[in-house]
Amino acid sequence: MSTSVLAVEGGEGFVSPGPSTFVYPPIFGEGTFLTKPMLIVILGSALIAVLMFLATRRASVVPSKGQFVGESLYGFVRNSIALDAIGKPGMKYVPYLATVFFFLATMNIAGIVPLVQFPATSRIAFPLILAVISCVIFNAIGIKRHGLGGYFKDMMFPPGIPWPVYILLAPIEFVSTIIIRPLTLTLRLTFNMFAGHLVLVLFILGGEYLIFEYSGVVGIAAGTVAILGSLILTAFEGFVQLLQAYVFTLLSALYIGGALADEH
Amino acid sequence: MSDPVLWLAVQEPSPLAPEPGEIVVGIIAFVLLFLFLKKKVYPVFEKTFAERTAAIEGGIEKAEKAQAEAAEALEKYNAQLAEARGEAGRIRTEAQSQRAEIVEEARTEARTEAQRILEAASAQIASERAQAMAELRRDIGGLAVALASKVVGESLEDEARQRRTVERFLAGLEQADEQAVAPSGAAG
Repeated sequence: MSTSVLAVEGGEGFVSPGPSTFVYPPIFGEGTFLTKPMLIVILGSALIAVLMFLATRRASVVPSKGQFVGESLYGFVRNSIALDAIGKPGMKYVPYLATVFFFLATMNIAGIVPLVQFPATSRIAFPLILAVISCVIFNAIGIKRHGLGGYFKDMMFPPGIPWPVYILLAPIEFVSTIIIRPLTLTLRLTFNMFAGHLVLVLFILGGEYLIFEYSGVVGIAAGTVAILGSLILTAFEGFVQLLQAYVFTLLSALYIGGALADEH
Repeated sequence: MSDPVLWLAVQEPSPLAPEPGEIVVGIIAFVLLFLFLKKKVYPVFEKTFAERTAAIEGGIEKAEKAQAEAAEALEKYNAQLAEARGEAGRIRTEAQSQRAEIVEEARTEARTEAQRILEAASAQIASERAQAMAELRRDIGGLAVALASKVVGESLEDEARQRRTVERFLAGLEQADEQAVAPSGAAG
């Protein structure tokens, strides 16, 4: 819950949550470093590490329940993302892609975990990091595979097009690959989480306001609808959060696959 | 946002501005997580995947091998059965021929035995007969002489003469007897 909104709740009207909802002061007071989103990222990463490690304890051909879940998640990224999007050479990038998927899914899902209730990925820094890493990786792969000149030539001058078009196409392709891709990766994820969280907060705080502040039959009825609506939205958010983690991972894989391919 | 909280007024939040602290934390957390999972977790998953594949493939292979072995064993048993049957047939034929042989042999033996017994019996009869004849000859002489002495009233003093007389008489008897039983008489 946002302290900023709660702070004004005692006032005259309802103040709808805005970008300030996503700004947390340092946990241990002014001047300290750690904020709630950072804590979520740290604890979330530790949780993934611990759960995955437990899943591999006493690993056997016939899996235990934990092993089965861990294996299925890993196998999903391995088979449905890496091998499907890249093909056989994709095996090399499974560790990166799987980690991206686990990391993002966890940080996204944090948005609907009770008591945590904040998607760390709605803070642009975290998606940006992964988007930049993904882009560095696929560009590096492309340059390694085709050579510096070959890679940019493939990218900017795809064959089979009349030459005047290149005047327009080459800069577009360049900007699209080098700048737009990391940007869209970042913004798509960040603002899906941002908007989802905003809507949830709006429904919950609005419902709360209607019931306790506005009150009366109308206020309580409308507030109850809003709170119930927030439950449905929470389920929907969970779906969006997993989907966005999948989309981010899949696009990263597709970019890697494209860089590895012989022709763009 | 007409009622600004103090720290909000100081720091206008923009969702587009990445916070340096978060970037640092994010990079460290992600890199550490990546290194840990890559070293400790993913190889284990890959290993179990490989093991599972191997187990399934191995199972199929084993089943195929077992089937081939079973087929081979069946063939072997069939061959053995056929061989046994052939041998049984051969043994039966052999036994049949042997039976005929044995029966023939037994018959021959029985015949020989019968012959032998017959001959032995004949020989015994002949010898007994000869013995009886000798005894009879001895006694008959004495009896005849005693009878003759009684009839003549006097004893023949000369033993030698007396014997000669009896011999002569018996020779006459034997001649007649030889003509009656030719083969057995010769043996005795």
